[in-house]
Amino acid sequence: MHDKTLAELTRSLDAGEFSSRELTQHLLGRIDRYDSELNSFISVTHEQALAAADAADAARAAGKAGALTGLPLALKDIFCTRDVKTTAGSRMLDNFISPYDATVVEKLAAAGTVSLGKTNMDEFAMGSSNENSHYGPVKNPWDLAAVPGGSSGGSAAAVAAGLVPAAIGTDTGGSIRQPAAFCGITGLKPTYGRVSRYGMIAYASSLDQAGPMARSAEDCALLLNAMAGHDLRDSTCVQRGVPDYTEELDTPLAGLKIGLPREYFGDGLDAQVESAVRDAIKVFESLGASVREVSLPHTHYAIPAYYVIAPAEASSNLSRFDGVRFGHRCASPVDLIDLYKRSRAEGFGDEVKRRILIGTHTLSEGFFDAYYKKAQQVRRLIRQDFLDAFEEVDVLMGPASPTPAFDLGANKDPVSMYLQDIYTIAINLAGIPGMSVPAGLAGKRPVGLQILGSHFTEARLLNVAHQFQQATDWHRQRPAFAEENA
Amino acid sequence: MQWETVIGLEVHVQLATRSKIFSGASTAFGAEPNTQACGVDLGLPGVLPVLNEAAVAMAVKFGLAIHAEIPEVSVFDRKNYFYPDLPKGYQTSQMYQPIVGAGEVEITLEDGTTKSIRVHHAHLEEDAGKSLHEDFHGMTGVDLNRAGTPLLEIVSEPDMRSAKEAAAYLKAIHSIVTYLGISDGNMAEGSMRCDVNVSVRPQGQAALGTRAEIKNVNSFRFVERAIAYEVERQIELLEDGGKVVQETRLFDPDRDETRSMRTKEEANDYRYFPCPDLLPVVLDKAYIDHLRDNLPELPAEKRARFENELGLSAYDASVLSATREMADYFEEVKEVCGDAKQAANWVQGELAGALNRENLSVANSPIAARQLGELVARVIDDTINGKAAKQVFQALWNGQGASADDIIEAQGLKQVTDTGAIEAMIDQVIAESPAQVAQYRDAEPDKRGKMIGYFVGQVMKASRGTANPQQVNQLLKQKLDALC
Repeated sequence: MHDKTLAELTRSLDAGEFSSRELTQHLLGRIDRYDSELNSFISVTHEQALAAADAADAARAAGKAGALTGLPLALKDIFCTRDVKTTAGSRMLDNFISPYDATVVEKLAAAGTVSLGKTNMDEFAMGSSNENSHYGPVKNPWDLAAVPGGSSGGSAAAVAAGLVPAAIGTDTGGSIRQPAAFCGITGLKPTYGRVSRYGMIAYASSLDQAGPMARSAEDCALLLNAMAGHDLRDSTCVQRGVPDYTEELDTPLAGLKIGLPREYFGDGLDAQVESAVRDAIKVFESLGASVREVSLPHTHYAIPAYYVIAPAEASSNLSRFDGVRFGHRCASPVDLIDLYKRSRAEGFGDEVKRRILIGTHTLSEGFFDAYYKKAQQVRRLIRQDFLDAFEEVDVLMGPASPTPAFDLGANKDPVSMYLQDIYTIAINLAGIPGMSVPAGLAGKRPVGLQILGSHFTEARLLNVAHQFQQATDWHRQRPAFAEENA
Repeated sequence: MQWETVIGLEVHVQLATRSKIFSGASTAFGAEPNTQACGVDLGLPGVLPVLNEAAVAMAVKFGLAIHAEIPEVSVFDRKNYFYPDLPKGYQTSQMYQPIVGAGEVEITLEDGTTKSIRVHHAHLEEDAGKSLHEDFHGMTGVDLNRAGTPLLEIVSEPDMRSAKEAAAYLKAIHSIVTYLGISDGNMAEGSMRCDVNVSVRPQGQAALGTRAEIKNVNSFRFVERAIAYEVERQIELLEDGGKVVQETRLFDPDRDETRSMRTKEEANDYRYFPCPDLLPVVLDKAYIDHLRDNLPELPAEKRARFENELGLSAYDASVLSATREMADYFEEVKEVCGDAKQAANWVQGELAGALNRENLSVANSPIAARQLGELVARVIDDTINGKAAKQVFQALWNGQGASADDIIEAQGLKQVTDTGAIEAMIDQVIAESPAQVAQYRDAEPDKRGKMIGYFVGQVMKASRGTANPQQVNQLLKQKLDALC
């Protein structure tokens, strides 16, 4: 029951093999039993989940079931969820019960999904290993010595471990794609503006985007159908029709033009990862696609530009956590400055503080032009690189991450951690959609193939990924953790 | 040494939108603390701003009214600083690309001369909440009802040379925004406040002196007083060999002085950057043209029309066009009674006097413009005489009747113009006043003119003020002279 994809679960629910309540109870039981080891959830919402499951079963009985009715999922703890603790992985919000639902939460509930709880994450989505969570690190179900990636590490680990069939993540510089790659699942970061950010706790507003993490491209398509669309409450969410993302899944790939960015296959790429990615590309060739090398010449500026823009926005976005209206407040402040200083010093972890400091510095008088403005110029060049490449090819492919999942504690130096996102971060700067699909194993740790497309080509990306998954079974592989506990 | 004063004003105008600039919460004044603050105003995690189009339209109207450029693209920036009444830790404002570019405002000084003051730009921003320092036992309360109220900040060039000019400029801005209907202009409720930049320099020197900024001055009078104090302080300082420090000062109206709040060194670094949650505002020509075509008549245009088309004096035209309420009131009285000069006399005379006595604005006049217009019409068509008209006015003021006609009817104030009826009253008065008649008869003919006043008074009294005074005069003279 816990190994099935959403599409398969719907067939079982429709066939009456089990009810949504039974499915929900089964998964809640697995979470209760096994998650103490993984630590993929921050909050598990048993009662709300069972109530939603019952409502879904009633809807199904009444013949009113949609494509997602009664399907369990989990939400990264960055989405505000009414009456549920919403922490963003931070001590700062350990006491924050959201009074409202994020648009994504509202839409998924309206589609009949059953949320089992809130998943662990790097604090305020800042990190690539899920080691920056106030609630402790998450372990990779494929290898408990390894990280699950980040920042949506809890979401990825929970899906991989068979605790939930799908989860919602967010991706600011790779936070869906890299953990999806590390945990052997399928993740999609949509085009910036495709999914509403309302109610998603902001890290870097111009880069943040929510997306599905699941066991197949088809499942991602089903979820994106429910998540995407204009929202009057988010001015950056585009007014653009939402296609049925499942419609093009079966389109054959004959004639597909794939570009391999030269810069994504250079120094620092793990040999096993490269070999898995190249094997995957051969599969596409066998499906009728053509492959050519392309160049994204400004790639090496992506990490520096990102680490100016994202911290700048973050330093401002995180100013509201001041101990005044909600969130952590230090004990017995002597005055206002003391209240600010201690509440923030106690409430934020090291990586968050580091980025607030960087952002505060780069926006300071006398530095703004040299850092922020320059980074925005670089951002336009990076975007143009992609637009130029998509003149020649339909999709770009490469590794989602230079290495497979690394060991917990292996990347102590922040800059080496930042370099983990070398293949994912430019995509957020350009605003284009990207996916990671399972494409092999390096030892017992998964490898993710990244597929990129031009703005609003999610349907094409999902089609390409789905066709790959029809031809391979990497996405069907399950980690030892889930099997031992089956 | 002769000193020249240089003044620039930053005027903050609260725009009269129904909801806030980035949220749907109400902007109404005076509600219980924190009842008009939604999640967006509270700066809850995850919330996002959505720009209120009404605020944009109001800002553009202002720009058009001062003949400013309206850039095609304007951008919201974040001004970052920590304060408990600033929920997000930043104020959304416009630093680099404001919605209104350079324009100019014409001011009229007391001697009737005019001067043009350049406006550098005007930008949209959100207001902060209020910190309440009383009633919390040494702690501070925060009321976020005002947080997110749209403000238009109008930044002038340093073109003013006296406190009077600054006050005239502020009045001109007040007049424009109330005419446009984009603000209620209520300074007591904080709908208009200004920061005053003041410096002095030796007469003839081109370079500007070091300025002090006086924050949050909220009345025309305070602007004058604050500047007067500040100019004196700076001159004294310079003449004693000292230097003016660039700093922010506060005006204390109770002590009539300004006090240092913070120096430049202590100033915040606001770390402005474009707000990534809001798209640039792109205004197409059609949108701007539509607003321009629907601009109301502005004070300067109205003043000219009152003078040139209605034939009012320059003084009357200026007083009656000073505020939109006054102008609208006057124009309605004029429409109803059909005579601009009579309307002007009544509005500026009887009405203005009564309003002044009771410290009311024309907007709160107990007599509606239509009522006054009907009253004036009855004077013009001789239904009542001037004396009765004042009685009717008083009755309307006291709410003793819905219309002039009702009161005239109820109190029997209709002017008696029937010659027979007046003659009967005259005959009776003459019959009852033998002594006065004798005196009249005995007087020299050239003294009789003055003596007739007594008889007029008696006849008017007998008619309870309703007799037509001219007729009474004329008929009395005939009858008395016949007795001589």
